[in-house]
Amino acid sequence: MWKWLHPYAKAERAYQLCNTLLPYFAVVTVVSMIVGWVWGLGFAPADYQQKDSYRIIFIHVPSAILSMGAYSSMAIAAIVALVWQLRNAELAVIAIAPVGACITAIALITGAAWGKPMWGAWWVWDARLTSELILLFLYLGVLSLYHAFEDKKSAGRAASILAIVGVINLPIIHYSVEWWNTLHQGASITKLDTKAIDPSMFWPLMVNILAFAAFVGTVTLIRLKNEILQREKHRPWVRLLLNKG
Amino acid sequence: MQFDSFSDFIAMGGYGFYIWLSFGTCALILLGILVSSLRDTKRIMASVEQQIIREARIKKAKQEQVS
Amino acid sequence: MNPRRKKRLLVIIAVLFGIGGSIGLVLYALQENINLFYTPSELIDGKGPNKEKPFIGQKLRIGGMVVPGTVKRNEQSLQVSFKLIDTGPLVTVRYQGILPDLFREGQGIVAQGVLIEPNVIEAFEVLAKHDEEYMPAEVAEAVKGIKHEKPKYNLDSGN
Repeated sequence: MWKWLHPYAKAERAYQLCNTLLPYFAVVTVVSMIVGWVWGLGFAPADYQQKDSYRIIFIHVPSAILSMGAYSSMAIAAIVALVWQLRNAELAVIAIAPVGACITAIALITGAAWGKPMWGAWWVWDARLTSELILLFLYLGVLSLYHAFEDKKSAGRAASILAIVGVINLPIIHYSVEWWNTLHQGASITKLDTKAIDPSMFWPLMVNILAFAAFVGTVTLIRLKNEILQREKHRPWVRLLLNKG
Repeated sequence: MQFDSFSDFIAMGGYGFYIWLSFGTCALILLGILVSSLRDTKRIMASVEQQIIREARIKKAKQEQVS
Repeated sequence: MNPRRKKRLLVIIAVLFGIGGSIGLVLYALQENINLFYTPSELIDGKGPNKEKPFIGQKLRIGGMVVPGTVKRNEQSLQVSFKLIDTGPLVTVRYQGILPDLFREGQGIVAQGVLIEPNVIEAFEVLAKHDEEYMPAEVAEAVKGIKHEKPKYNLDSGN
């Protein structure tokens, strides 16, 4: 692991890796986001029960999945940062957190706008909704902990520890619809035994999930580049970048 | 296309308000984080550039003092 | 204490309180939900090992399926009444207000209200629960043999 990670432990190499990956992520984001939204809004058929209101699924489900996916990546980066003492992993934690917070906010807002016409309420204190709200607080907690410390070494450590502790919330979110009597319905796309979602809706949903994943990747890479540059400001290689571009 | 006209598309079978509220806020938040991240890059690079200029100026001033 | 350390300490305390507080709130909310949640048969026959029945005037939540043919609307007002079922007995729910769009006969709903007679609830909130199935209308018709239309209610002006 160390052999493979070692070259990227150097800030300059990590920065170059971000730069190489960035265009691919950006292209996938733009293409799949446009296809996904046009398909979902204009071409997928209306649901037999919820009619056109169900189209919110095309942003609600991807943002909810990615809110958890981004948190898992952040927690993995936090573990790497604590165990292998890699500064770049620490910077990755701080790069992901604001993106994850935005995605979680989208999941909550779109959920409310879907709940109002269908359930009859913007918000209910249901286990699924509450645990997703806590996920937002966890992201904000990690960010504010990091910014509370002047000394970035302890800041990174404190934020990483909170990120790891918060992982316990992920299974709670996922299984909340099974463990408790929630108003929120169960999972549709991970239910393999039955066809819970028709193919004509499933495929545009998949495209949108890809779009959100690529978006999270793109913005995380940009932010990670920023964090590296900020920290290496005074190094000669950063100054050389200015001459190049 | 599932809708016959543009106004049908906007109306979303009566759910237009909720649909466009969701997609609108979603687009705003996504664009917001993207733009602010790109601005951060510019800001950092600008501060590096300024630092270089400042150092060059100090160097020049020192040389003038010596000579 | 120097201001930097003070600020750091304050943030850590705030984060700890935030986490503790939200966990506490969740547990409280879940407890409340589980304790006060009844199905129609639990309401009539009692709930749990002690067969505890709710008392008249108690605030509770009830979840069940709307029995087809029991939805009665008042033509002049938003007053509506319907019967709920799970496995056995029926419970009547009265409600004044706008029902969610998914409310229809045969649909699962959750109502929050006050017990006014052993089997009658005056609800102040009615929420519709939906399942995780999504499909176009034609597929639903083919697979389930059902045509989902907005139900026609039995209009009952004397209600």
